[in-house]
Amino acid sequence: MGIRQVALLGTAIVSAGMIAALTAPSVAQAQNEQFIPNLVYRTGAYAPNGIPFADGVADYINMLNARDGGINGVKIITEECETGYATDRGVECYERLKGKGPTGAAYFSPLSTGITFALTEKAPGDKIPLITMGYGRSDSRDGEIFTWNFPLLGTYWTAANVAIQYIAKEWGGFDKLKGKKIALLYHDSPYGKEPIAALDIMSKKYGFDFLQIPVPAPGSEQKSQWLQIRQQRPDYVLLWGWGVMNSAAVTEAGNVNYPRDHMLGVWWSGAEPDVLPAGDKAKGYKALMLQHPAGKFAVHKDLEKYVISQGKSMAKPEEFGQVLYNRGIINSMLGTESIRTAMAKFGNKPMTGEQVRWGIEHLDLNADRIKQLGFDGMIGPIKVSCLDHEGARLSRVHQWDGKEWKVISDWFKGDDSILEPLVKATADAYGKEKKITPRDCSKAS
Amino acid sequence: MLYREAGQFKASYQADQAIFPVAQDRLVMLALLVIAFLVVPFVTSEYVYRAVLIPTVILSLAAIGLNVLMGYCGQVSLGSGAFMGVGAYAAYNLAVRLPFLNPFVCILLSGFVAAAVGIVFGIPSLRIKGFYLACATLAAQFFGDWAFLRIKWVTNYTPSGSVNAPPLQLFGWDLSSPTANYLVALGITLALALAVKNIVRGHIGRQWMAIRDMDIAAEIIGVRPLYAKLSAFAVSSFLIGVAGAMWAFLYLGSWEPAAFDINRSFSLMFMVIIGGLGSILGSALGAIFIVLLPIFLNQALPPLGAAVGWQISTATVSHFESMIFGALIVFFLVVEPHGLARLWSIGKEKLRLWPFPH
Repeated sequence: MGIRQVALLGTAIVSAGMIAALTAPSVAQAQNEQFIPNLVYRTGAYAPNGIPFADGVADYINMLNARDGGINGVKIITEECETGYATDRGVECYERLKGKGPTGAAYFSPLSTGITFALTEKAPGDKIPLITMGYGRSDSRDGEIFTWNFPLLGTYWTAANVAIQYIAKEWGGFDKLKGKKIALLYHDSPYGKEPIAALDIMSKKYGFDFLQIPVPAPGSEQKSQWLQIRQQRPDYVLLWGWGVMNSAAVTEAGNVNYPRDHMLGVWWSGAEPDVLPAGDKAKGYKALMLQHPAGKFAVHKDLEKYVISQGKSMAKPEEFGQVLYNRGIINSMLGTESIRTAMAKFGNKPMTGEQVRWGIEHLDLNADRIKQLGFDGMIGPIKVSCLDHEGARLSRVHQWDGKEWKVISDWFKGDDSILEPLVKATADAYGKEKKITPRDCSKAS
Repeated sequence: MLYREAGQFKASYQADQAIFPVAQDRLVMLALLVIAFLVVPFVTSEYVYRAVLIPTVILSLAAIGLNVLMGYCGQVSLGSGAFMGVGAYAAYNLAVRLPFLNPFVCILLSGFVAAAVGIVFGIPSLRIKGFYLACATLAAQFFGDWAFLRIKWVTNYTPSGSVNAPPLQLFGWDLSSPTANYLVALGITLALALAVKNIVRGHIGRQWMAIRDMDIAAEIIGVRPLYAKLSAFAVSSFLIGVAGAMWAFLYLGSWEPAAFDINRSFSLMFMVIIGGLGSILGSALGAIFIVLLPIFLNQALPPLGAAVGWQISTATVSHFESMIFGALIVFFLVVEPHGLARLWSIGKEKLRLWPFPH
């Protein structure tokens, strides 16, 4: 047999295998299970940030299964799908996982603004909610138009607003912003561009100069951007990066000697993988928090006991309690608590995407419940409603001291006098473009 | 035995010029069409539509477009991702600015916008060749990336620069279901593929191939390089533009400029090279290879690993996927530099002699 015949035969076999694999009927599943898909990126340019988040998401679910046997006796099954942060692979993963389990996927958390935008088009048709905690479309907090999107805990416009509030407080009042120059160094993608609309409005309102400096993805090369910063001398630099762009920005700031404590990152630019590669240069760098800090809290004891010590976790020891790991467990907690909320209405059985959506929309975690869950000190109270799919607009600031993140500010709350008109305007424009009739929230149950 | 054209006589010029002169080919083609249009919609799950069939069909069209330029006219292009983007954003702008137009009309019209842009970026091909032309078309890619990101008008001033497709309707029917998307994409792709097949068999295609094989000789026998090269750029960009518009409207639904970045150009180029330069069928085979193999590997590896008692993590699967995929590309190019289309015709040759090879 010549090598060509081998190739021919191989092609034929693989083609047959592909057809068989793609048309094979799915295996029958146990009935009392809730399926939660987990879109991850453990490879590619954004993997350093994707891995701890994915581990946190998985560990919390494993812990619930081991400690409580799932949610109200319904076992949770989960499956990871690697997206590599690429939108088309993300869509493929979504299509692959959305129908798994007895009731289909409970919700999706893609952890990518690009995939979120694409799934926003598909979720209403499939009746699966999207939990985009701290990312995604900022205007999707408007539940009248975006029925299926839940940017819980904060949107980029909230982040932009809190960032300006923090700077104003540091300088001693909003009147001190006048005539100052604030630069936004951003990832040149929908993610990085989201805050611009809000910052534009605030720059007009408070009278500061707003300088936009885009960084082409993935952002490992920023020499010319920092040259621009050196020439223009902004009084503050807001960093809106992800993955390798963050550590590159902090390193470059060190190289051109821009004061690190005049840099403020968004919550996706304020984790350990963002500062550790920069070494000493990162000292003094500040970032917003998606409410929670790094460190170990009550819930971590259970994670340690039921998951980590059992060898069931993929997380490296140093990851445990890091910012993005903690964010992962919060993501799973909000998702599973939403399912629990839905079960209170629909009964203790696996929930469909539609029922989970109701659960998220009625999610109400007060301080007592958060303490009971072991998340005391990590997040503040959150109450989602039909009108407000964000649930809370709180944030704090933490600073890297060279070894760990230290919380340095009190709680800030997003200013709805600025945010609400902007949300309304863009959400309405989206609704008009897509010919969506807004829901009437006064009638939604 | 089964595949033998003995006894099939061609009695007219028409029969001699048929696309499929052999009766068995016609039968197979007819059977494939029946399966694609009449059987698939009844047996396919939504996942297969959304993740497999729709992207494969749309990228086949884009690969055919690139093949017109690279395979038939011999002009290397690294700007096809940008031309797809031009098609997508042109369709979006037509839909937003002329709301009375049907989205499907916008998809077809966007091809003409892409063709115009393609002609502009094809002008340098009159003076530069080979690798240098690849660099020049790379400029089209970077210009596209820049324009989609920076010119706010293109994205209708949306705050994030991400845009959405309009609802897909035709004569009051809702065509947003995966079955409808698939049938529309397949219909458009087949119609355009048939048109291209006829163009490349006619005098225009012969001019392109003359230019490809030796441009000076072609010029001497009377082929006008300006006309031939620019028409190749126009036809190629038209097809790629329509594919881009379908990619945006039928597959993604909402997209950002990164959907049409340089990686898209590279993957289209791989499809054409692996599928076979200068072959319509090869373009489709290349698209199938590039789209399906990673998905197949990604799903086949965990059960295979489990069968030998090895729990493969998501990250490892992804690494293996890239390694096997890369190795297979190299293997195919070493074994069959003329691509999958050539492998297909070797298979046909063998089938003719079977079961009595001499």
